[in-house]
Amino acid sequence: MTTPLLSLSALTKAYPGVVANDSVSLDIGAGQVHALLGENGAGKSTLVKMIYGLVKPDAGTMQMNGAPFTPSEPRAARAAGVGMVFQHFSLFDAMTVAENIALGMENAPKLGALSAQITAVSESYGLPLSPDRIVGDLSAGERQRVEIIRCLLQEPKLLIMDEPTSVLTPQEVEILFKTLRKLSAEGTAILYISHKLEEIRTLCDHATILRLGKVVGECTPRETTARDMAEMMVGKLLSTPTRAGQTAGDVMLTLSGLKAPAPNMFGISLKDISMELRAGEILGIGGVAGNGQDELLAALSGERPVAAGMLRFKDTDIGPLGPKARRAIGLLAAPEERMGHAAAPDMSLTENAMLTGATRMQLQNSGFLNWPAATRFAERVIAQFDVRTSGPAAAARSLSGGNLQKFVIGREVMQKPEVFVVNQPTWGVDASAAAAIRQALLDMASEGAALIVISQDLDELMEISDRFAALNEGRLTPPRAAQGITVEEIGLMMGGAHDMEVAHA
Amino acid sequence: MDLSAINPVLFIAGFFVAATPLIFAAIGELVVEKTGVLNLGVEGMMITGAICGFAVAVETESPLLGFAAAALGGALLSTLFAFLTQVMLANQVASGLALTLFGLGFSALLGQSYAGMKPPRLEDVDFGPLGDIPVIGPVFFSHDIIVYLGLGIVIAVWAVLKFSRAGLILRAVGENHDAAHALGFKVKRVRALAIMFGGACAGVGGAYISLIRVPQWTEGMTAGIGWIALALVVFASWRAFRVLLGAYLFGGLVQLQLNLQGAGVAIPVEYLAMSPYVITIVVLVFLSRSRSAAPGSLGRIFHASS
Repeated sequence: MTTPLLSLSALTKAYPGVVANDSVSLDIGAGQVHALLGENGAGKSTLVKMIYGLVKPDAGTMQMNGAPFTPSEPRAARAAGVGMVFQHFSLFDAMTVAENIALGMENAPKLGALSAQITAVSESYGLPLSPDRIVGDLSAGERQRVEIIRCLLQEPKLLIMDEPTSVLTPQEVEILFKTLRKLSAEGTAILYISHKLEEIRTLCDHATILRLGKVVGECTPRETTARDMAEMMVGKLLSTPTRAGQTAGDVMLTLSGLKAPAPNMFGISLKDISMELRAGEILGIGGVAGNGQDELLAALSGERPVAAGMLRFKDTDIGPLGPKARRAIGLLAAPEERMGHAAAPDMSLTENAMLTGATRMQLQNSGFLNWPAATRFAERVIAQFDVRTSGPAAAARSLSGGNLQKFVIGREVMQKPEVFVVNQPTWGVDASAAAAIRQALLDMASEGAALIVISQDLDELMEISDRFAALNEGRLTPPRAAQGITVEEIGLMMGGAHDMEVAHA
Repeated sequence: MDLSAINPVLFIAGFFVAATPLIFAAIGELVVEKTGVLNLGVEGMMITGAICGFAVAVETESPLLGFAAAALGGALLSTLFAFLTQVMLANQVASGLALTLFGLGFSALLGQSYAGMKPPRLEDVDFGPLGDIPVIGPVFFSHDIIVYLGLGIVIAVWAVLKFSRAGLILRAVGENHDAAHALGFKVKRVRALAIMFGGACAGVGGAYISLIRVPQWTEGMTAGIGWIALALVVFASWRAFRVLLGAYLFGGLVQLQLNLQGAGVAIPVEYLAMSPYVITIVVLVFLSRSRSAAPGSLGRIFHASS
């Protein structure tokens, strides 16, 4: 066998109280697309951070092309030909695309020459991007392109991609995969981290599965079912979310010609959205990030009230009502951003539970707060949604993203809303927790609540929705039954081809 | 009242002298804030620079050595701030205020024996025939080296921030320290160096007051210039040339109110004395109404664990 491009042997890294990587070994050959699978906390990011020189291993060795490879800092890793596209984009909002790319390069050329290179690479890999734009104005998909092009310009031998497709449309995913396949054919190895097992099955040549810091298995994804891989990941049998038989009930929420101006210069205005939501159903709303998801959630939750007559809850006009009044009558919402929007990072879980639960859970009495009751409420959320934390007194900031997500979703679910609007319910949550959250949403629907689930994850929407609609530049396509809808049709809905749908219906 | 007593040429030439301490302090603070650190200790570093510069200039009889000592003194004091905020992760606002209080007290202690002394004079730069041009000569070509140095530093800071890779990294650290860390830049090192640069600049600015503008040593003689410098950076939207503009405006107004006082204008002295502060801030507030340009990580503590 030829020498692998990168060979890790017995890498170990321990943090106080937890062994993040325990004797991890794996080989990546040139041109190989290698998947790294594992739940949150399985040690994937620690492992790639060691390869990228951000973290030093406690024990074990790395070899690049047979020679010892010990990057002391990312600069050294980049010089050795390792590029990394981060999950949480490491971009600078106030700077231009070209400046951002220059920052990630060794020996960056002058900005003018760099702009020409960016344009050339973006065209040859089918990733359109203008070098002079300010990154703060870009959509999530475009931001990812900035990161990818930043790596490609350095002609890496190994490209590490951390959850790259979560913000893309199916068509964009196709483009990305074409790019990655082209790179792989040119001899670039790709280390691909993802929760989405179907993607790994289409793209990757080989997969290494991590659990609790240890390698628990390897497989060839094309020959393994997604279910088997998922079970290797979590180490137990997964329960697929199921739901009892559904009957569409009364109309709970009516949007008639809902309009809202853009909240700021980077926002999207909502344009003439009309639909009905019935008790017991889940309406899935897809769309590329930045097409009005946040604005729609704000309009429905009451953060940004709309004009009278645009929004009805049962028979009540609730357009001008604020979030508190809407909560009181049974319309609850959970926004996408956990830190700072759904939860106050520096406050305890009890305090965060009080913040949205005060009215519906009777946590206050003529203006006085009933803290013991709030603590009990937080404890119930923690127990029921399996939130891993030291207790209700822990600060929201101290929870991992997935655990905090379980908490903020659970907090709303336990308040038994009649209409529940949620944006990205399982963003950054591991497979088993995501399944639990989806199950909770399905259970709510079978108990008669009406749900709107806004998500970037189409698999998730297909799994739980009764009807599907897409947001595109602030417009909502007419909802259609989710049963039997194809990926191509979804792509067209997300791309804004409204009339195509009639032809498909 | 006799406005004819005001010599317009000397009056305009005085702009530069009055503005120079502010230019140094503000441009240093601008660099510090561009890296995402808010150092409220400018006043303290200025007064420390003022006494260090004064003492060394008197002892060595060399004003230039005095300015070098002032830069060193300001930088040393700022190192304390860098240690507190970057190593001990202390709160920047509290540390900065402490630095100002410490600087004011410490400089008074150091300056005990220097009160009432006269420092050696720093000669003006000799531009030869340029200095003999009527009006333009006295206005632009009759100053000491430090005035030109201040102008040079502003241009250099602007060019470095805009065109050089070092400037790009510096802005990146201030914009998003987590992302900069992920790319492998040494956030704390960049910040510590910027803080020391800011300290050195503030020190020189302070020494310019004690060695040239006044020139003598009195306690608390910086009289709030450090605070104006802080405000100037914010209202100049963190742009080097706006800082320069604001400093000249302030310097001009100081000059004007002194001249008006001298000419015996019938406005109470207190109003005249406060006018430069008020007018400078009002003008800059109007200039900075557009989108906030504050560095994204300004004032936030960086810890590499996240």
